[in-house]
Amino acid sequence: MLGKLTIDALPFYSWVAMGGAGVTVGGALLVMAVITYFGKWRYLWTEWLTSLDHKRIGIMYIVLALVMLVRGFVDAIMMRAQQAVALNSEGYLPPDHFDQIFSSHGTIMIFFMAMPFMTGLLNIAVPLQIGARDVAFPFLNSVSLWMTAGGAALVMISLVIGKFSTAGWTGYPPYSGIEYSPDVGVDYWICALLISGVGSTLAGVNFVVTIIKRRAPGMTLMRMPLFTWTALISSLLMVFAFPALTVACALLGLDRFFGMHFFTNEDGGNLMNYINLFWIWGHPEVYILILPAFGIFSEVVSTLSAKRLYGYRSLVYATIAIGLLSFCVWLHHFFTMGSSANVNAVFGVATMIIAVPTGVKIFDWLLTLFRGRIRFHPSIYWTIGFIVTFVIGGMSGVLLAMPPVDYLFHNSTFLVAHFHNAIIPGVLFGYLAGFGLWFPKAMGFKLNEPWGFRAFWCWLIGFYFAFMPLYVLGFHGMARRMETYNVAEWQPYLVVAALGAVVILCGVVCQVIQMTLSIRQWRQERDLTGDPWIHGRSLEWMTSSPPPPYNFAVIPTVESRDAFHEMKRRGTAYRRPARYEDIYMPKNSAVGPLLGGLAFLLGFAAVWHIWWLVAASALAILTAVVIRCFDDDPDYCITAAEVEAIEDCRFEAMALADTQPEEAAQDPAFAAQMLPARAT
Amino acid sequence: MMRALLFGACLLLGGCGLSTAPIVDPKGPVSLVERDLLFTAAGVMLIVLIPVWIMAVVFVRRYRATNRKAAYRPDWSFSLPIEFVVWSVPAAIVVTLGALLWSHTHKLDPYRSLDSGAAALQVEVVAQDWKWLFIYPEQQIAVVNELVFPSGRPLSLRITSDTVMNSFFIPALGSQIYAMAGMQTRLNLKADEPGRFMGRNMQYSGDGFSHQHFEAISVSQEDFEAWVAKVKQSSEALDGAAYATLAEPSIKHPVTYYSAVEANLFDSIIEKYLDPGMSHGTTSGSSLGQ
Amino acid sequence: MSDVAPAMDARAREEAENLRQREFGFWLYLLSDAIIFALLFMTYVVMVDSTAGALTGRHLFSLSNTFLETALLLFSSITFGFAWLSARADRRAHVLGWLAVTFMLGAGFVLLEVNELIGMVEAGAGPGESGFLSAFFTLVGTHGLHVSFGLLFILIMSLQIALRGLNPYAMSRLYRLGLFWHFLDIVWIGIFSVVYLPGIL
Repeated sequence: MLGKLTIDALPFYSWVAMGGAGVTVGGALLVMAVITYFGKWRYLWTEWLTSLDHKRIGIMYIVLALVMLVRGFVDAIMMRAQQAVALNSEGYLPPDHFDQIFSSHGTIMIFFMAMPFMTGLLNIAVPLQIGARDVAFPFLNSVSLWMTAGGAALVMISLVIGKFSTAGWTGYPPYSGIEYSPDVGVDYWICALLISGVGSTLAGVNFVVTIIKRRAPGMTLMRMPLFTWTALISSLLMVFAFPALTVACALLGLDRFFGMHFFTNEDGGNLMNYINLFWIWGHPEVYILILPAFGIFSEVVSTLSAKRLYGYRSLVYATIAIGLLSFCVWLHHFFTMGSSANVNAVFGVATMIIAVPTGVKIFDWLLTLFRGRIRFHPSIYWTIGFIVTFVIGGMSGVLLAMPPVDYLFHNSTFLVAHFHNAIIPGVLFGYLAGFGLWFPKAMGFKLNEPWGFRAFWCWLIGFYFAFMPLYVLGFHGMARRMETYNVAEWQPYLVVAALGAVVILCGVVCQVIQMTLSIRQWRQERDLTGDPWIHGRSLEWMTSSPPPPYNFAVIPTVESRDAFHEMKRRGTAYRRPARYEDIYMPKNSAVGPLLGGLAFLLGFAAVWHIWWLVAASALAILTAVVIRCFDDDPDYCITAAEVEAIEDCRFEAMALADTQPEEAAQDPAFAAQMLPARAT
Repeated sequence: MMRALLFGACLLLGGCGLSTAPIVDPKGPVSLVERDLLFTAAGVMLIVLIPVWIMAVVFVRRYRATNRKAAYRPDWSFSLPIEFVVWSVPAAIVVTLGALLWSHTHKLDPYRSLDSGAAALQVEVVAQDWKWLFIYPEQQIAVVNELVFPSGRPLSLRITSDTVMNSFFIPALGSQIYAMAGMQTRLNLKADEPGRFMGRNMQYSGDGFSHQHFEAISVSQEDFEAWVAKVKQSSEALDGAAYATLAEPSIKHPVTYYSAVEANLFDSIIEKYLDPGMSHGTTSGSSLGQ
Repeated sequence: MSDVAPAMDARAREEAENLRQREFGFWLYLLSDAIIFALLFMTYVVMVDSTAGALTGRHLFSLSNTFLETALLLFSSITFGFAWLSARADRRAHVLGWLAVTFMLGAGFVLLEVNELIGMVEAGAGPGESGFLSAFFTLVGTHGLHVSFGLLFILIMSLQIALRGLNPYAMSRLYRLGLFWHFLDIVWIGIFSVVYLPGIL
């Protein structure tokens, strides 16, 4: 009846594991209790969970990402603590538990922190930037969100019921095969990745169609904001790369569930095939994550230095080049497999070539700041912190691209330092910069700045303390994923790294304080104009903050790059139309959350071999999809009168806003850039 | 110039207490060339990094919104000469490094035997859970978790795994390579002087992974011969049954000497994973590694 | 009245545009599905010799069965084409008829394939016997699963057309179903020429 699931699946094997389970369950219960106490279930269900509004879906994606960021970060702290104390001792974690932690840390940070954070930012900004009312497939968008959430829930439940994978976030066979990992952990990992992978593929399809087909009239490709460009390339990569992950995971699952021999040692299996498949997805994935962050940096530097983006065309071509090259370099993840020198050298050179467009981007951002008027906002700090730090990660990346150097550092902490050095400044700082930039757009008020700066400094300083020692340890030949070690020289570095993690923890705490304060003081920091940075350049700043469900009462016509900026210049930015028209928007749908829940159930049942539940949930998924197929009337109408009422409110609020900051009044050159005529 | 850079890098790393780290302080020709390549490439890349750091600091300071004296060109967004520099400098660096990469990848191909007067010592390496077995086919001996070899003479390794994928690495000598079941990879190393070096599995492989290290000891030719004689004294022999016991997972396996080894043990470890129907050729390397 | 009509027109245009976007999105989905198949083909080619002493394609594949399967699937594509032409001509009964024929042919294909796979398992050549058999069952099985979903979609499509007629939604769905069906044909031709033909010859 319950397959392999017995009472032994509960984590009574260690106090630390029970603690983790307790926090997970307790946290979930606490959230539910709070919602019940305030009687907000209905509100949550009708306004949020079932919503097909891209802005709300985006916010939910980011909430998911932040929750998972905390979880992944707890894993990180635990690993750093273990390695700081584990000289010639077992530390406080047994190997099996330590192995689960580094596996879940990587899995969570990539699939359930970075991916949802990125998709969330895409959701919030892209439709607004291209002047669209929603994404091309709002329902599919909801399905993508809930698939991702279902996968994340599977990872979380593995803390409570059973164990997570110990095979690392890459799940290399044959170790991840049934012979060497008979536990359910790898099955959790496979199911979580397959389910969220469906979500990511669909999100990719959705955004490609949205960007290609839903741009406002006049917005040619070369007039798109740079973030939209990076979103387009990133989405294309999602469509083309995620199938490889799906195949790799599915075949590994077939090996484990049905005793097949794709990647086993025996009977004709071939582990090298898995490693190739995994990195055919895995390398583009790096760019799926980092390209949108590059887009954000482009938006931040131009918006917050009140200046046109320098080298727009170069940035676009560099983005396309990186997207194409990202598919040609996967072998550099296993130079040490014994490929011939020619093969290794070709992939090494291909990898190095990526440094060219990336370097160009760095210079173009710096040149955008050149002769600008830089407004010191946390988002600019994240960007500068990124530029200064990321080049080190880029340098270590180019070093690792040289096969002979990779022979020295492969699988070492130098490698760990390298990819954290690329991903934390490159991806996370970027998303946090975007978070600060678009927060007022999504929520209607700005984030508290002093605590934003404090968070930034903690993150930046903490980053250097946490990862520079790992570079050094790479020179000492320390392998990654070590639960214990016997080399006394390593310990001081690991202690420093642990302290660095504590400093980053302070940064996370600052962010929590920042968020709490911002919410409590939201009235003071309201954005009434919709253009909180005064120098907004693209269309998302044209509409109110938060935007109405339909985003734009009248779809704007675009005549140039930096469309909104040009409109402000010409005084046409806030013209009211002669008359409004009815607008049709997608109705809410419960099918999205339902499918996510069923996918979670399906995954859980598969992990524990509860076959009747597998069949039942698969059937339920099919039924839900079929029923949705019969819904030919998924829209509701916002009448012209309602639109007019909403827009009137907006213009009234805007009239109240103070549009001329003092600093600008004293600086004629700067003031000339400001709104010549607002809301007349 | 190159020498100055190398010197500077050594000084800097020495300051971090790194001067004795195996990768900074190589003990063999392979790791020496690899380290020099590493430092050279890092030095070349500073041509980009240093201007980036300077520009980041200077621009942000100078063009802060409160500094009214600084120039403000809100519509300036393109300059052909700058664009040319911005594309061509990284490109030139990549061309330079690419050329270095190409020649060094061939020169340091782990499969390539090292040029040396002396004939290489052949050792067969088997990764097990969680230990390393070294078989000396010429000496007909085998050792667990200790690799002893003469300094100044090339060491030619054939490597496989009798478990999950491992990665064989002696940092002070350079060049790690995977060990995979049913396949053989090769690695050629050399130690210049006698010494003791840490070697280990770099590829995570389960519970005992952290303890899966061994000592690599380079000694003089005479000491090596004495050591072989000592191993030959061991009462244990590595026959099929002893091997089966040894292959069982074990953590912190003590250094063990075997005075005799079953013939072709290494090949039979590889072949047991291969299809009975097609044992042709697959033993000679990973399919990518031909 | 004159005010409402253009508004309705705009709405109809918007809906038509939405359907076109779905078609574009479906192309992208097919592309990503095609990559899945491409990788499965690649895996098969890598593993074709990893027979681990188990039975090989030469023993297992039957030319006549494969030929029959191919014929059924190719004919089903033709009959689907007729269904599409009838839909363009707005003949609902014909569409339903041709869809029924397509369904029969597709179901025949799936039956033959299931029969073939069961026969192989019974002959001691199940997917767990060797890397080659794992790759074979997975590639052919994935295609068969796609065809089975296609059959389900044909059923739903027929039901919708029977109940609601050939409205623009139905036409767009029929178009997308057609893409899917023909795509599976192309994949099958790949399987025929990469798996069965070299296996038998």
